[in-house]
Amino acid sequence: MKYELTCINCPMGCRITADYDGKEVTNIQGFTCARGKAYAQTEITDPTRMVTALVGVEGTHVPLSVKTQTPIRKPLIFDALSEIRKTVVVPPVHIGDVVISDVCGSGVNVIATENIE
Amino acid sequence: MNEIYDVIIIGGGVVGCGTARELMRRKAKVLLLEKTNDICNGQSKANTAIIHGGYDAKPGTLKAKFNVLGNAMFDQLHEELDVPVQWNTSLVVSFSEEGHASLEKLLDQGRQNGVRGELRIIDEAELRQREPNVGSEAKEALLVGAGGIVCPYELTVAYAENAAMNGAEFLRNAKVTNLKKLENGNWKVVSTVGTFETRAVVNAAGAYSDVFNNMVSEQKVHIRPRRGEYYIVDKKYRDVFHAAMFQLPTKMGKGILVAPTVDGTVLIGPTAEDIDDKEDKRTTAFGLAKTLREAARTWEHIPTRAFITTFSGLRATGDKGDFVLGEPEDAPGFFNCCAVESPGLTSSPAIAKWLSEEIAGKLDLKENPDFNPIRKAIPKFREMNAAEREAAIKANPDFGKVVCRCETVTEAEIREAIRRPVGALDIDGIKRRTRAGMGRCQAGFCTPRTVEILAEELGVSPLEVTKFGGDSKLLQGYLFEEGKNNA
Amino acid sequence: MRNTDILIIGGGPAGLAAAVGAYEAGARDILILDREERLGGILKQCIHNGFGLHTFKEELTGPEYAQRFIEKVLAYQIPYQTETMVLDVSADKVVTCVSRKNGLEQIQAKAVILCMGCRERPRGSLGTPGERCPGIFTAGTAQKFTNLEGLMPGKEVVILGSGDIGLIMARRMTFLGAKVHACVELMPYSSGLKRNIVQCLDDFGIPLLLSHTVVDIHGREHLEGVTVAEVGPDLKPIPGTEKYFPCDTLLLSVGLIPENELSEMAGVKIAPSTSGAEVDEQLQTSVPGIFSAGNVLHVHDLVDFVSEEAMKAGANAYRYVQGQLPQGGRKVPVQMGFGVGGIVPQFVSENAEDKVSFMFRPRNVYRNAKVIVEMNREQVLSKKTMILAPGEMVNLSIPVEKLKGLDKADSILVRIEVPEA
Repeated sequence: MKYELTCINCPMGCRITADYDGKEVTNIQGFTCARGKAYAQTEITDPTRMVTALVGVEGTHVPLSVKTQTPIRKPLIFDALSEIRKTVVVPPVHIGDVVISDVCGSGVNVIATENIE
Repeated sequence: MNEIYDVIIIGGGVVGCGTARELMRRKAKVLLLEKTNDICNGQSKANTAIIHGGYDAKPGTLKAKFNVLGNAMFDQLHEELDVPVQWNTSLVVSFSEEGHASLEKLLDQGRQNGVRGELRIIDEAELRQREPNVGSEAKEALLVGAGGIVCPYELTVAYAENAAMNGAEFLRNAKVTNLKKLENGNWKVVSTVGTFETRAVVNAAGAYSDVFNNMVSEQKVHIRPRRGEYYIVDKKYRDVFHAAMFQLPTKMGKGILVAPTVDGTVLIGPTAEDIDDKEDKRTTAFGLAKTLREAARTWEHIPTRAFITTFSGLRATGDKGDFVLGEPEDAPGFFNCCAVESPGLTSSPAIAKWLSEEIAGKLDLKENPDFNPIRKAIPKFREMNAAEREAAIKANPDFGKVVCRCETVTEAEIREAIRRPVGALDIDGIKRRTRAGMGRCQAGFCTPRTVEILAEELGVSPLEVTKFGGDSKLLQGYLFEEGKNNA
Repeated sequence: MRNTDILIIGGGPAGLAAAVGAYEAGARDILILDREERLGGILKQCIHNGFGLHTFKEELTGPEYAQRFIEKVLAYQIPYQTETMVLDVSADKVVTCVSRKNGLEQIQAKAVILCMGCRERPRGSLGTPGERCPGIFTAGTAQKFTNLEGLMPGKEVVILGSGDIGLIMARRMTFLGAKVHACVELMPYSSGLKRNIVQCLDDFGIPLLLSHTVVDIHGREHLEGVTVAEVGPDLKPIPGTEKYFPCDTLLLSVGLIPENELSEMAGVKIAPSTSGAEVDEQLQTSVPGIFSAGNVLHVHDLVDFVSEEAMKAGANAYRYVQGQLPQGGRKVPVQMGFGVGGIVPQFVSENAEDKVSFMFRPRNVYRNAKVIVEMNREQVLSKKTMILAPGEMVNLSIPVEKLKGLDKADSILVRIEVPEA
């Protein structure tokens, strides 16, 4: 399959094309530096994203900000978001506290990014 | 239809509210019906904010008469109602040698109309000495000493507050849908909030005043709204011009005004475009470009980076070329303030006074010995000195909380604007009463807090808070219902 | 009247770092004033990640980044006063402020650091025609509603401007269940980071319409849609290219303006190219003892650079208080040559010490260009670059040894040299 992507490493934003058969990335073209080539490799085989989001807090409309502790696989983003959205925490919560463990079976925890007392 | 009103006023603009206040000088049961969520929501809120000297209208017209009469009443309004008024003079600038004859004509017209104070043509040297920033083509100008500026919202709100203090009733979101003459000579007023009986009706419905006149009288009036588009420039430029700078009308057009406002911003406009839709208050690319192009003769280097907003207003331009005031022969007890366009703001105190006297005579209303003409403005933190500020905060700590940073408006002022009689019900209402959100960030910072305060004071959810009533809600929903999930 | 050595106006990223910088340089009498309820400034609502890679070598969210500095302020026991609005700053460094708790106060400072940040350009300043209905928000106001208040402005969104806040809000609104129909950018390039374009727009199939703008706004009681048109090289809409997008929310990300009203009250000179204070290499403004740092000085691309700059301002403010900062002396003006916009500092003291750092924004996208610094018509620095873009600031640092003859120079020129076609 043919892939087309924009490198995010610098403002150049190189348009990189490559082929991927599910096993191996081949024919990577359009990159200007080694970082671009490496980016294409991982972005095609195993794209991941940090997800930052909001969870509910008991007794208030004001939400709590959270993030995945490490990037999760890109196809899991919306599943993770809907699980996060259903979560309600009870204060106090502090930065780094685990709010959801192993979100969507990703092996990654969702942690608080702010303090509420 | 239990109680019978003496007077029902249709329309909460400057004329309607002014008339309500004047009527309270008599013993009268008065109700004002306003179709929108707030008073001062039509042409009274979107105009040039000028107190016209009175040179512009043709001698012998109602416009000429009431302009000059109204002009002379603003010092008293300032004193009684605590409304900012500045006599900064008006200048009508001619940009060509040929303009001289037209200036002479205006001068003559002004004298015939009885314009008070200084009225004379000044030469280029004096013009430039008075207004060093006037455009390079400027040749001479008519100086109108009786020209001034006023805050049109504060005036309208002040009229309404003072009327309400003295017993007038106000209903908003009250659209009048029908008027009917009853056999007893009274009027039946059908509205979206109920049906009322009244001895007299005042038609102060602005752009819709033709509709009500035509409902009851064969002397038809047709109003075609004339839309004007404006720019507001940051108060950083408050000193660019001292006078209101009119352009001498030429065959190319009526010209664009550049004028300081009492709030320190500079107003540029308006265009004049006849339109069919009485609610069409859009700004247009064409109109805004025209405004700037023409204004550039007066102000050559308009700082486009200092624009803080644009808006448009509709003038209730009738087909008679003049105001239509008073009782039509075939509709006794129905009093028109119809087709009151410019100089309507300036004329409003005189129209209100004249009309209330007409009505009082007709209904035989007695003097009201308890009438209190004094209304105090909401104390403005931004205008206080240090001692006043300290005292204000001591009396009410909410003065210590600045909500609108650009205009330095405190929480105390915002809460008072909501709590006063005929108080603010929406974001725009707070804006007009306090200036919160009218500054250079255009409410970017203060909107979230203003929404909270309004919700608190009105006892509603923040989701119910509107910009200007109706469906103009700002927010759509909560992400989380007090901790229960939203899924 | 209260007294303090160093008064910092603003408790956002710049103010916090200025306090930390001053403390670490030795200052012990510092006061931070902030108008909001909590310290942290705009970072409180920037719940996305991407902060701190330079400063902490890890990727943090806005609140986490702010907390790192807040904890230092707490550990150093630096006093701060929130919900306090500064009303006036005088040239002799008397600061007048107001709060519900303390009423009106005047504080005499020995040095003042201006850290007020910036505000967003509103719709009114663009002169976009159309209705004035609700549903139009600056991206930052919408961000405050969603992230700090849990309120949703709308569900069908168009974004005007492709600054980073606009891009970030495109993703946030998508995450919150809204449909973002397009991100419309007047210029032929985005001023946002490439990473944000990919991860906030491309990831969700949100079209980025370059060389387009909103030409009309529809909806009387509430926003119903916008008309978008393509613009020509003169940035004027091309008739016939109009396209209607139904939406209930229009977010504006069309530029940031440093909030220098207080600076001007103090008589600080403002540079037209940055809309921030004119400063020398010590970040001292035209008023001795008044310093400026962060987005109130010039709008930055990364918060890390705000912190770095503000720490320096804090340290210099302390040196000023101690009488250790060289005063007087001639200031050599820094001129912007081809391709250079918004340079900071605008002056270099003839007796500058250590190294001199310059920051600026390229005026356009330049490939394979050189950044050149000249003094007395001689090159003192030439740096090759692959790509320069207005969205990313250029940082240059020149050791003073390289600025030989600075005391006799009449100006320093920074310019971009593009390869010949």
